[in-house]
Amino acid sequence: MVDSVFLKDLEEKSKNIRRSIIEMVYSAKSGHPGGSLSIADVLTTLYFSEMNINIDNPKDENRDRLVLSKGHCSPALYATLAEKGFFPKKDLKTFRKIDSYLQGHPDMKKIPGVDISSGSLGQGLSVANGMAIAGKIDKKDYRVYAIMGDGEIEEGQIWEAAMTSSHYKLDNLCAIVDNNNLQIDGKIENVMNPYPIDKKFESFGFNTIVIDGHNFEEILNAFSKAKETKGKPTAIIARTTKGKGISYMEGNASWHGKAPNEDEYKLAIEELLK
Amino acid sequence: MDINNKKATRQSYGEALVELGKVNKDVIVLDADLAGATKTNMFAKEFPDRFFDLGIAEQDMIATAVGLSTCGKIPFASTFAVFATGRAYDQIRNSVCYPNLNVKICATHSGITVGEDGATHQMLEDINLMRGLPNMTVISPSDDIQAKWAVRKAAEIYGPVYIRFGRAETPIIYDENSEFEIGKAIRFGDGKDATVFATGMMVAEALKAKEILEKEGINIRVIDFHTIKPIDEEIIIQSAKETKKLISIEEHSVIGGLGTAISEVLTNKYPEKLVRLGIKDCFGKSGNWKELLKYFGLTSDEIVKNIKNA
Repeated sequence: MVDSVFLKDLEEKSKNIRRSIIEMVYSAKSGHPGGSLSIADVLTTLYFSEMNINIDNPKDENRDRLVLSKGHCSPALYATLAEKGFFPKKDLKTFRKIDSYLQGHPDMKKIPGVDISSGSLGQGLSVANGMAIAGKIDKKDYRVYAIMGDGEIEEGQIWEAAMTSSHYKLDNLCAIVDNNNLQIDGKIENVMNPYPIDKKFESFGFNTIVIDGHNFEEILNAFSKAKETKGKPTAIIARTTKGKGISYMEGNASWHGKAPNEDEYKLAIEELLK
Repeated sequence: MDINNKKATRQSYGEALVELGKVNKDVIVLDADLAGATKTNMFAKEFPDRFFDLGIAEQDMIATAVGLSTCGKIPFASTFAVFATGRAYDQIRNSVCYPNLNVKICATHSGITVGEDGATHQMLEDINLMRGLPNMTVISPSDDIQAKWAVRKAAEIYGPVYIRFGRAETPIIYDENSEFEIGKAIRFGDGKDATVFATGMMVAEALKAKEILEKEGINIRVIDFHTIKPIDEEIIIQSAKETKKLISIEEHSVIGGLGTAISEVLTNKYPEKLVRLGIKDCFGKSGNWKELLKYFGLTSDEIVKNIKNA
């Protein structure tokens, strides 16, 4: 059983992060709220429970690494990093604006706490493999997390990388699929069906865990099972809701990549303050 | 230059990697099922724990190199030039060059001299593709000695480097004591009748042309552009000022390669006519590589002819 005070704290953090996501996208008048909101609880758990990181030394070579392969969900990552204290929360309002270090897609050279630049889909699992291989070579015990979208796994390179993770027995790697079931053109099974996602990763040699990606207890348990698994990588399929937390965005593909207008913004903040 | 003393630069690459591996433990070598052809198998044999075959998956290979580089490693990723720069272009652009990471892309089997395999494997646009990328250094060594220098120097500097090696055996131009500085072209002679700007295996052809012309009383200079980016602007302007004719030659398309890089400098700083020799905006074809060089006009004879007619 997980401590209920701790769970409450995670819930509080994720609510703050969701609020930051909305503030950022509203202020930028562009960005990707849907997939940011669906992965917010997983990111909250990673940064406030799972990952061994040091905000005073973001490049600490023994730190755990995160690859946000679905880089368009930068609002979720930046909101989490700011919540953690890597940079001031007030800077989030500069997101996507000229002269801001908070680029539209994650930029490791500009943003403290970003372990890798991303944005072109399908490349993150390979990058995470490289980090995991380096950890094995150096006999370090850091872990590497790679977050992919469920539409993103339509990219062929993901499966090249999945073969590599398994071939080199990268048990220090944990892949996470944000299975919110929607991509820009609609439901994933209608656009280009990647199901069964768990069976696919399993057949590529992964330890596979399917969870409710909004249930903190399940997320925490999955990460701890991943850590215990030796000799093979783990893939967590997190069943999530696109736009989670904002009623009118939930399960609606049109919120993949657009900003709320003033009324929608107010409504969203109201819902998050409840 | 003893034209009978030859070695393929891919062989030099394999040898240089082994030497580098001995002195730098951060060097990691990746290949995509072509270790025998790219000669990375020499490193694999010596340092099996620092060699990773990614299988026939070039995009995965480049992005894996990216991950390694963020952890302080110096990955050398190798495959044929057509796959390295074509198949994995997006990975090189977005994941290597945009974050300016320390990834070395060492491609063999560049150009027309792949020979019998034909157009699909003859990469004639790689310099063009790599040169256009911010943060990328582009090196095209002309012989064995330079190829080894290029590998050592690539490991010394931080940032993305593309090195272009050939399959065919080509003359060894330099001796062990020669020097090499990235971005600094090397001049042969000070003839004023013409300058031949050359890169890769075309440098040896240009030097042959220089000898032929000398016998006829025509004195030229040859500039070896082992580095295409950053380009040595000074030597281009100096040559344009001091010589009557300017010719460039490369085993690459005339679009986007050495000739284009030189014309950009001339246009900006010292407008002069430049005759660009190379593959004239077409694909290659199967054949013996020596016959192909003749077919596409990449020979000393062609240089001589152009200097006389230009």
